[in-house]
Amino acid sequence: MIIHPAVIALIAGSLMVSVMLLLSAFFGVSIFRSWDIRSGSELQLNLERKTYLISTLMMYVLWFQLASFFLFIFTADRLHELFVGAMCAAGTLNVNEYGYPALILKMVNFILAGLWLIVNYVDNRAYDYPLIKKKYALLLVITPFVFLEAAIQGLYFAGMKADLITSCCGSQFSSGEGTVASELASLPVIPLKIAFYSSIACTFMSGFIFLWKENSKGVLFSLASGITFLISIAAVISFFSLYLYELPTHHCPFCMLQREYRYLGYVFYLPLLCAAVTGSGVGVLASFRTIESLNDAVPVTQRKLIAVTLISYFLFSAVATYAMISSPLMLKGY
Amino acid sequence: MGWINKQRNILDFALNSLLRRKGKNSALFVVYTGIIFLVSSIIFSSESIKRESQILLENSPEVVVQRTIAGRHDLIPEQYIGQLKSIRGVQEVKGRLWGYYFEPGVQANYTFVVPDEFLYGPGYIVIGNGVSKTFLAGKGDILPFKTLDGSYTSLEVADILSPDSEIVSSDLILLSEYDFRKVTGMQKGFYTDMILKVRNTRELQAITDKIRRILPDTRPITRNEIMRTYEAIFDWRSGILLAVISGAAFAFIIFAWDKATGLSSEEKKEIGILKGIGWETSDVLFMKTWEGLIISLSAFFLGVFFAYIHIYFASAFLFMPVLKGWSVLYPEFRLVPFLDMFQITTIFFLTVAPYTVATIIPSWRAATIDPDSVMRL
Repeated sequence: MIIHPAVIALIAGSLMVSVMLLLSAFFGVSIFRSWDIRSGSELQLNLERKTYLISTLMMYVLWFQLASFFLFIFTADRLHELFVGAMCAAGTLNVNEYGYPALILKMVNFILAGLWLIVNYVDNRAYDYPLIKKKYALLLVITPFVFLEAAIQGLYFAGMKADLITSCCGSQFSSGEGTVASELASLPVIPLKIAFYSSIACTFMSGFIFLWKENSKGVLFSLASGITFLISIAAVISFFSLYLYELPTHHCPFCMLQREYRYLGYVFYLPLLCAAVTGSGVGVLASFRTIESLNDAVPVTQRKLIAVTLISYFLFSAVATYAMISSPLMLKGY
Repeated sequence: MGWINKQRNILDFALNSLLRRKGKNSALFVVYTGIIFLVSSIIFSSESIKRESQILLENSPEVVVQRTIAGRHDLIPEQYIGQLKSIRGVQEVKGRLWGYYFEPGVQANYTFVVPDEFLYGPGYIVIGNGVSKTFLAGKGDILPFKTLDGSYTSLEVADILSPDSEIVSSDLILLSEYDFRKVTGMQKGFYTDMILKVRNTRELQAITDKIRRILPDTRPITRNEIMRTYEAIFDWRSGILLAVISGAAFAFIIFAWDKATGLSSEEKKEIGILKGIGWETSDVLFMKTWEGLIISLSAFFLGVFFAYIHIYFASAFLFMPVLKGWSVLYPEFRLVPFLDMFQITTIFFLTVAPYTVATIIPSWRAATIDPDSVMRL
């Protein structure tokens, strides 16, 4: 166990998020069970009031999740000095088997909380709250994930012992080892570049088709955007990082969040995370188009979400491309 | 644009309503600022000490070799120098002479160090600023030291070390090898420990392995190990301090909860009227969020600002004794200001986040007040 102020902050943050979700889930269950929009009973009025509480709580959960995602990477980076062989966050996260799962769960929970808020937003546009049961079912799905995250993060920090030998990011993300990370790093650069730019192009095309044509559903766009998200992450690890660090061997996805690289990582990851939430939101909403009272709200919201997704991907690919072109590094041999 | 204008108006209203209830909010504000001040002081000071110790340790030797007997540090014989030199990759080996000296007159421990080249020769000493202050001794004064056999030897102060280096040199007494052996009784042919210079620092691990094999009674300590240990110690100390004040933080959260719950009938009426004239529940919630944000952010900036002054201009007089460890001769020094986003985020998470969570439910209660029932009061 390492007692560091940031570790205490992260654990306290996870506990708070868990408590907030437990509370929401608790009220969610009663809404799920006894919601009846036509009734004017005391109970129904109370439940209607509780929906405000839950959406406020979820709003805060989303922000906490985002902040704790970056604080977690930050903390991992700062703690690397305690471990022989760890040179940055990548090494610290590898200290035990819980590091990367905790990080991935933080990202997943951020996306889930974002999706919930999108569904909630659309639901509030309709006069009869048609999605209320689905919404609270989703809430009950999110809650265990958040608890799992808190538990895994706790295990990660509890299992840390300073001075363990860990492989640093130099060895972990260098090609030739059988981990997922090294497989991402050793993906052939030119095909991946083609895949990245064509997936971005597909996303933009399907986005524009949706914006122009009236009757498209948005599933295609959501799919394209989801694939682009995954390819983008692979691209960051595989080649964008190389141009950024000007080193043909350094694939670390975390060092770019540091001052030495002008905090460029935030310009990469914030738009990507945002696009992941809004892009998948479009797909989730597509299934609600058939509901009558949402006939107007869904397409309008989808349009907004698509616009945000496209802007995010544009920002990401513009910055990444600029970093690639302006870098003195050439990857001709790869 | 409409949304921004709406939020601006709500913010305006929230500011005004905070100002109208100065008395109630100022108590909360003061306590809130105090908590943020405490937390940020702890984090700033430990981070700066860490930085300071890192800068100091950068110039320390790569490897120190100590001899241990029964797990205790023991004097190391001269012959080991040759054996250590025979290891490939070792550039230079030197024996060091240093130790502590307790002066009962001032109840303080001094550190004796024999420098590589002592300019003044036997009979003279060079002292640090702290020593000079406790002994009230200046250049040319003669100080008595009790030797091992109980007799006294007098040494003349040749110079005083510059106060700039006070953090390391406050309790220092530099003296010649002859005087050191005379006062401490350490026999010729023995050293306190040995330091190694290594040509290629990447070989450190291999070299320390070899030392342990050739001289099994010794313990090689690398600079990185020392740095890591310091890092861990200061993290741990600041973590413990935070855990200690978490009680205060809890009290504050209960206080904030209580303040947010206890709406006066006037406030209730106000919310009732707002809703009566067309504000929605979500608007009232926005207003409450803005109120919380205004209080949190002003308390946050003020608390961090005060902590910055406390640590970097007032030498952290509140916690330094805990963080530094204890010693009779406290060096006086100003910490180097060091501030980054990581600390700010940590402080934010430890203070603003709990406050926000504590006020969500009370604000929601206030926002869902039934206008009809409160306006009838």
